[in-house]
Amino acid sequence: MEVNGYRCPDEGDAETEEKETAGGKQQRPSKESASRTKAADCAENAVAAAAGGGTSRDRLASNSRTRQRIDSLKKNRPPFPWFGMDIGGTLVKLVYFEPKDITAEEEQEEVENLKSIRKYLMSNVAYGSTGIRDVHLELKDLTLCGRKGNLHFIRFPTQDMSAFIQMGQDKHFSSLHTTLCATGGGAYKFEPDFRKMADLQLLKLDELDCLIKGVLYIDSVKFNGHSECYYFENPTDPVQCQKKPYNLENPYPLLLVNIGSGVSILAVYSKDNYKRVTGTSLGGGTFLGLCCLLTGCSTFEEALEMATCGESTTVDKLVRDIYGGDYERFGLPGWAVASSFGNMMCKEKRESVCKEDLARATLVTITNNIGSITRMCALNENIDRVVFVGNFLRINTLSMKLLAYAMDYWSKGQLKALFLEHEGYFGSVGALLELLNPT
Amino acid sequence: MAACVEIGGGGHSMDKSITLPPDEIFRNLENAKRFAIDIGGSLTKLAYFSTVQHKVAKVRSFDHTGKETEDEPLYEVSVQEEITARLHFIKFENAYIETCLDFVKDHLVNTETKVIKATGGGAHKFKDLLEKKLKLKVDKEDEMTCLIKGCNFVLRNIPHEAFVYVKHAEPEFRFQTTHPDIFPYLLVSIGSGVSIVKVESEDKFERIGGSSIGGGTFWGLGALLTKTKRFDELLQLASRGQHTNVDMLVKDIYGGAYESLGLTGDLIASSFGKSATADKEFSKEDMAKSLLHMISNDIGQLACLYAKLHNLSRVYFGGFFIRGHPVTMHTITYSINFFTKGEVQALFLRHEGYLGSIGAFLKGAEEDNPNQYSWGENYAGSSGLMSISPDMFPMQRTRSGTFDMLEMDRLERELVNLPLLLDSSSYIPDTVDLTEDALAREYWLSCFEEALDGVVKRAVASQPDLQDARERAEKFRHKYRHKLQTLRHQPCAYGSLTVRSLLDTREHCLNEFNFPDPYSQIKQRENDLALRYFQKVVSSMEMLSWEDRQFALVKGLLAGNMFDWGAKAVSDVLETDPTFGFDEAKRQLQERPWLVDSYSKWIERLKGPPHKCALFFIDNSGIDIILGVFPLVRELLCRGTEVVLASNSGPALNDVTYNELQILTEKIAAMDSVIHSGITKDRLILVQSGSSSPCLDLSRLDKGLATVVNERHTDLVVIEGMGRAIHTNYYAVLRCESLKLAVIKNSWLAERLGGKIYSVVFKYEQPRE
Repeated sequence: MEVNGYRCPDEGDAETEEKETAGGKQQRPSKESASRTKAADCAENAVAAAAGGGTSRDRLASNSRTRQRIDSLKKNRPPFPWFGMDIGGTLVKLVYFEPKDITAEEEQEEVENLKSIRKYLMSNVAYGSTGIRDVHLELKDLTLCGRKGNLHFIRFPTQDMSAFIQMGQDKHFSSLHTTLCATGGGAYKFEPDFRKMADLQLLKLDELDCLIKGVLYIDSVKFNGHSECYYFENPTDPVQCQKKPYNLENPYPLLLVNIGSGVSILAVYSKDNYKRVTGTSLGGGTFLGLCCLLTGCSTFEEALEMATCGESTTVDKLVRDIYGGDYERFGLPGWAVASSFGNMMCKEKRESVCKEDLARATLVTITNNIGSITRMCALNENIDRVVFVGNFLRINTLSMKLLAYAMDYWSKGQLKALFLEHEGYFGSVGALLELLNPT
Repeated sequence: MAACVEIGGGGHSMDKSITLPPDEIFRNLENAKRFAIDIGGSLTKLAYFSTVQHKVAKVRSFDHTGKETEDEPLYEVSVQEEITARLHFIKFENAYIETCLDFVKDHLVNTETKVIKATGGGAHKFKDLLEKKLKLKVDKEDEMTCLIKGCNFVLRNIPHEAFVYVKHAEPEFRFQTTHPDIFPYLLVSIGSGVSIVKVESEDKFERIGGSSIGGGTFWGLGALLTKTKRFDELLQLASRGQHTNVDMLVKDIYGGAYESLGLTGDLIASSFGKSATADKEFSKEDMAKSLLHMISNDIGQLACLYAKLHNLSRVYFGGFFIRGHPVTMHTITYSINFFTKGEVQALFLRHEGYLGSIGAFLKGAEEDNPNQYSWGENYAGSSGLMSISPDMFPMQRTRSGTFDMLEMDRLERELVNLPLLLDSSSYIPDTVDLTEDALAREYWLSCFEEALDGVVKRAVASQPDLQDARERAEKFRHKYRHKLQTLRHQPCAYGSLTVRSLLDTREHCLNEFNFPDPYSQIKQRENDLALRYFQKVVSSMEMLSWEDRQFALVKGLLAGNMFDWGAKAVSDVLETDPTFGFDEAKRQLQERPWLVDSYSKWIERLKGPPHKCALFFIDNSGIDIILGVFPLVRELLCRGTEVVLASNSGPALNDVTYNELQILTEKIAAMDSVIHSGITKDRLILVQSGSSSPCLDLSRLDKGLATVVNERHTDLVVIEGMGRAIHTNYYAVLRCESLKLAVIKNSWLAERLGGKIYSVVFKYEQPRE
């Protein structure tokens, strides 16, 4: 089945399985596989020894683990746990598939630390002082590779990456012998640390490939029965402006704008034909960085809260501040910003400005700039639909509405701004999919 | 009024009541009219039109009704007053606006002026002050319209107006040749915000986009972050900072490059990204630098996106964010190179700060039709590019108290390209760019400085009856020496530095102090002398065989060209040894093979059919024109070739001027039937080049000359002399046959070309098929 041109790995696998069953080629379980297990076990130990990485503790657990592994391999799927990780400049995004269809046999054979990882993740919504599980984004009763379960979305600051790796070492993550699929720049930057500290080998994946995969997949499975994609109706009218579901069934061509610490803009023509059109260094990192310097805040949430309370017009110089009204000759409305932070050239105004206003102005400046670069790219690429993703948009309705407004207003209604519920998690979803269905 | 302002002095704490040296800043106010003012955030630009009364040397034929007497000179030289039009543009700090307006009012005589055109953000703020002080009605003009009008004007009228900036290169400025067709282009004006304007023709332009992230963002945000108030200081901070301490780079995320996308590790992934995570103090310098990069990159990126969308490759940057600041020119250039992968060059303008005032002035002067004339930058009255790298001279960047000036002279004639240039857009008149060639620059600057004594002496000698000649000559010496010193430090101050620009600057300075034609008497005497030998030379030629005669003609032309007061070696000989004559010159001449020698090719060509029409750019008076050029002209006429003789419109050194040429030709025609019939049958035509330079810019020639060249189907261009054929045009490629000849009368240059003094260059070229 193709949705958005994306072939869902679970559906596909299910079909294959059915065929095999129908053709009477179903593999018999138990004894036969048990004998194969031993052989595989030996082979694996040999590999582990040769690599010099195996430990005695590994061997103790190897029997049941290997059975599970073979079982998974037989069904063309990797052993649990299933993670996908996206290590960005500011945030690490982790998706975790929690199987809900674990049989009693599996339960019994499940190794201890795998169980403990699952329990730890599922019984908490916060990890350490900075890790957070976005419960509201959880995808329930998802079928992935023939397994039913829930998909969880977890994030923590990239700064805490070493603590995370340390945890991987402490919990003997390496003994699970799973492949850790990682994307984002951190997959490259932290690869040596994963290897040296936690004895973990990363499978490094390109972040843009993962991003697109993730977007197409999540949109295809829908958000617990709701639409993943939405837009704002009447973006130019603050009262009438409303969030509305959008059907992204025939998405191409599509401009995909990923606003993380920095911004990447991709033109997507089909599921595996895309190009990075451009990018800008003025992104979420700039918003937070400037806010921290200007207001002394330290978190994205704080910065956003201040921005929500603030007024940017005290900070920015508007067209009407210069021309007394609209600059009609060039069709510039009086309310348009002529110079971001322009009022701050004046000493008196600098002295009287409040933090909230500065935060708001920073948000508006960064958001509008992304909007205008996006609009130019859309024109140059001749694309009229733009999907904005990335964690800059998390809990940031202000920016989303601004983008929706800007796209609509400056293009005279020609451009549509679309958003996705799982904002910044698509890269990690893409990484997970790569684990389940390697290309 | 208290303290006196010293031009070029610094310090922004200066007393605001100042005494302006009137002659040096607001010049020619007594005839000033058509005022325009552009008041920006910190600088005011005043523009006005004025007339300058200055002396010109005129020559006039005596009315010989009676018999000619032996001792009477062949024509009369007189100095007359002439009035020419000049545009004045003066830039000063807003702080001085009241004082300046008072000064202008006090010196304004002309009463017909009723309005002042005003533009710029401050025009509104200062409206009342303007009306009160000047008693003129303020007439506001649209800022953008003025900007574009001004831009078109400088691009059209000032050669080397546009340049690209290359940090750490030698030179940092690469000036662009004036493109005959300036449209279409993109103008990115970076004031407090950014406007991106597409200009398609003189009257057609459109603001296609813009950005709110501009100079105001740098200034405002920079002031908040660093507690530094002044824009210039912020730039200085930035020039000392390290943005990598504040920005998150690709390598901070990837550990190295993002190779599959070709993003190098040093690229900025997130501006200010480190200040979002690292809990530490950041230095002012580093933050300022990061901010500068953020804004420059953003503007560059948008400019590129617009340029691409509208398919434009010429992008000019201006506005107070740029205005000659090497720091911002560098970051913008970097950004444009990055985003277009070198396909688009960021261009900057030397007179960018004046565009608004020029445009406002032009709006007010529409009835004078300023755009139908050609204008030229007056090097004597213009300050040149003030920009200096702040790392090198931090103090000079604080420009408070300085007055910057631009003066443009209305040229008598409209200037156009020589239609015979193969590719006018790639034509560069000058052979050597002294901004690039440090060795040559050093030589020529010294050479001109050494020659200064002689020039001063000559100037004084040319006006024996005028009491103040010595004083003015000393003023000239001071001014020109100052220009040379400026150029030593800032070779790019007036665009590309060339031998031509050094010569032209000298002429402008001489004119400035009313020495319009220091060589007039010398030219007169030499013309007189040479005329007496004309017939003898011609008849001696006629006795020769055809082949010998052709060689004798060329040799005569070359020998004649040795008589040149522009070359120091020759002027020494001429001053000390008056017996140095035509025959002596022939003996001194290099024997064949010459340094550059295509004589055989030339003679072969002469054996073929005659040329339809030859255009001859002549050089010196006296022996050169009379005994060198005219015999050859005569020969060409006899062959059936029409001849167009092009001479300078105004005086420069001992070069023949158009007026002199007319008289000389008349005299020669009176004694030579070939020349006579050439004139009467309209086969020998005299034209003026439109130039007053010892060199020749084939892209700025009198329109009348271009018309004649076209009408006559000119198929041969002869360019004679060092100034026109060596210093300039040596590499000029024409669509027809060309002959460039000169004697190298400077031993340094001769050596450089691989020869000795008095080496001969005889360069005959046929157009490529």
